[in-house]
Amino acid sequence: MDHLLIAPVVLPALVAPFIIMAVRHHIDLQRIFSVASAVLLAAISVTLAAKAADGSVYVYELGDWPAPFGIVLVLDRLSGMMIVLTALLALPVLLYAIGSGWDTRGSNFHALFQFQLMGIMGAFLTGDAFNLFVFFEVLLIASYGLMIHSGGTRRFQAGVQYVVFNLLGSTLFLFALGTLYAVTGTLNMADLAVKVAQTPAEETALLRVAAVLLLLVFAIKAALLPLHFWLPSAYANAPMPVAALFAIMTKVGAYSILRIYTLVFGPEVEATNGLTQSWLLPAALLTLLAGAIGVLGSRKLGRLAAFGAISSMGTLLIAISLFTPAATAAALYYLVHSTLAAALLFLVADLVIERQGRWILPQLPMPQTGLISALFFAAAIALAGMPPLSGFLGKLLVLDATRNDTMATWIWGVILVGSLITILGMARAGSQLFWKGHGLPQETADEPGEVPAVAAPVAQLPFVACFGLLFGLVVLTVFAGPATRYAEATAAQLFTPTAYIETVLGTEAE
Amino acid sequence: MELLVASAVGILTAAGIYLILRRRSFPVILGLSLLTYAVNVFLFASGRLMSGAPPILNKYEEVLYTDPLPQALVLTAIVISFGMTAVVVMIALGAYLSSRDDRTALNAEPEGSGGDA
Repeated sequence: MDHLLIAPVVLPALVAPFIIMAVRHHIDLQRIFSVASAVLLAAISVTLAAKAADGSVYVYELGDWPAPFGIVLVLDRLSGMMIVLTALLALPVLLYAIGSGWDTRGSNFHALFQFQLMGIMGAFLTGDAFNLFVFFEVLLIASYGLMIHSGGTRRFQAGVQYVVFNLLGSTLFLFALGTLYAVTGTLNMADLAVKVAQTPAEETALLRVAAVLLLLVFAIKAALLPLHFWLPSAYANAPMPVAALFAIMTKVGAYSILRIYTLVFGPEVEATNGLTQSWLLPAALLTLLAGAIGVLGSRKLGRLAAFGAISSMGTLLIAISLFTPAATAAALYYLVHSTLAAALLFLVADLVIERQGRWILPQLPMPQTGLISALFFAAAIALAGMPPLSGFLGKLLVLDATRNDTMATWIWGVILVGSLITILGMARAGSQLFWKGHGLPQETADEPGEVPAVAAPVAQLPFVACFGLLFGLVVLTVFAGPATRYAEATAAQLFTPTAYIETVLGTEAE
Repeated sequence: MELLVASAVGILTAAGIYLILRRRSFPVILGLSLLTYAVNVFLFASGRLMSGAPPILNKYEEVLYTDPLPQALVLTAIVISFGMTAVVVMIALGAYLSSRDDRTALNAEPEGSGGDA
């Protein structure tokens, strides 16, 4: 077997300790190794995704132990797509953190960043439920460090909340896995799919418990209402470039829901039939509305971006919760879009915060106000789902895929009303930040704590990073045809898991 | 033995959840520790309770054996929860030392106030 499959996990896992141990005191060397690792990771991910694009499934058996006895990494279209998205998100975020100097405001930023990437890549590639837990912990423990990077009282307090909430989630995950193992005797996802389908109908009560517990865990990760409470203060108080990277972390939850509830507890499994959909859809609708109202009500820019991320998760989970190939294809397209758009909004928020503080208040025009307001405008219309960017196409695909559902009225109503509220919230924030300041008298600038130094550092790299993300959104819009075809092929592969199961368990030959 | 293990898991979980709801960092951390103990015992039980049996299959004769996988899972879970507890203690200590307040709730700030986060 080709060892390239494990490279996305091994590469950051080697670079991170190297950065800590060998180049701890040289920020330039740290930056060079970190960026080089991110570039290499992107190249590896694209290569792997290209291999998986033809619909074949690749399995990497760790220690050459055959599944289901050993741990396997599995690469299919969905995993390929997710690792490419992660790598392509990590690069601009890293460039931004370097350009804005965020990486020098605390220690070990680059090492933690690499560990975070290792965890995310592993979570997307693993084919074993317990291994998924382990990679969740890897990405979480790195995210705890990144979240409190550069310190500060509120950041620490928000960090405690974030860590406690996620530790509770981890405990729940272990309870779910224990229940699952007690019933089926396996934790390999492909083997679980076989065993769950074979479980006699009278023994499925515990399976349902495990399925719901797992759903709760992934809902915490995906910030689904009513389990989203950790997200706004955690993301708003984290350093903004870190929050931009965290945009992919909620998607880890969405990915896990997609993977487990198509492969293991698929739509045709008798024991859990309809269970996930009946809970997921109403919760997702409420998530979208709560996020949109949060955007409208935010007084701080960080919270605005965080609630924007929540509302986009709502739209994504609505599409996922239907578990039909068409809706899943729409969800996958929207997933890529919303990750890039949320990250862009967080980075633009940081550009503004660095220049005029974190409150959405009318203030004197800042340096480069035209460029930044244009970027904010682009990020806002992308996240709200306005034309011409890919958010519009994504929402259109979701609406189209849910047209014939019995809940279609609710879905359409909530998505359209939610989008309107989001647009209002973004417009309010944008006009407060960028327009009203022009009418202010000059002397307000002298009030202490209002406006930081006027001569903000003019660095090019943050803008390069923002435009890189924007370029990604434009590419996704222009090449929407190929992108949706790939998403449809991915959804088709997800809903016919026999190839996946047979490849992992090696039962094709029989 | 089943009753003992089951009630141990139940009591540890209940105590853990009660402590977490106290919303002060020290009880919350203790509560999290109790919860992880509960889940560790629970994981052990997921491989069926068996005492005095080795975790080894014997292909020459029929002997009692216990499932080795939950033991490996518990070992991993213990290591991870140990590390996580250390991290949360450090972060909670940082929060306490910089704010002189160990409440886990965030207070509202007046609009336009300064600060770094």
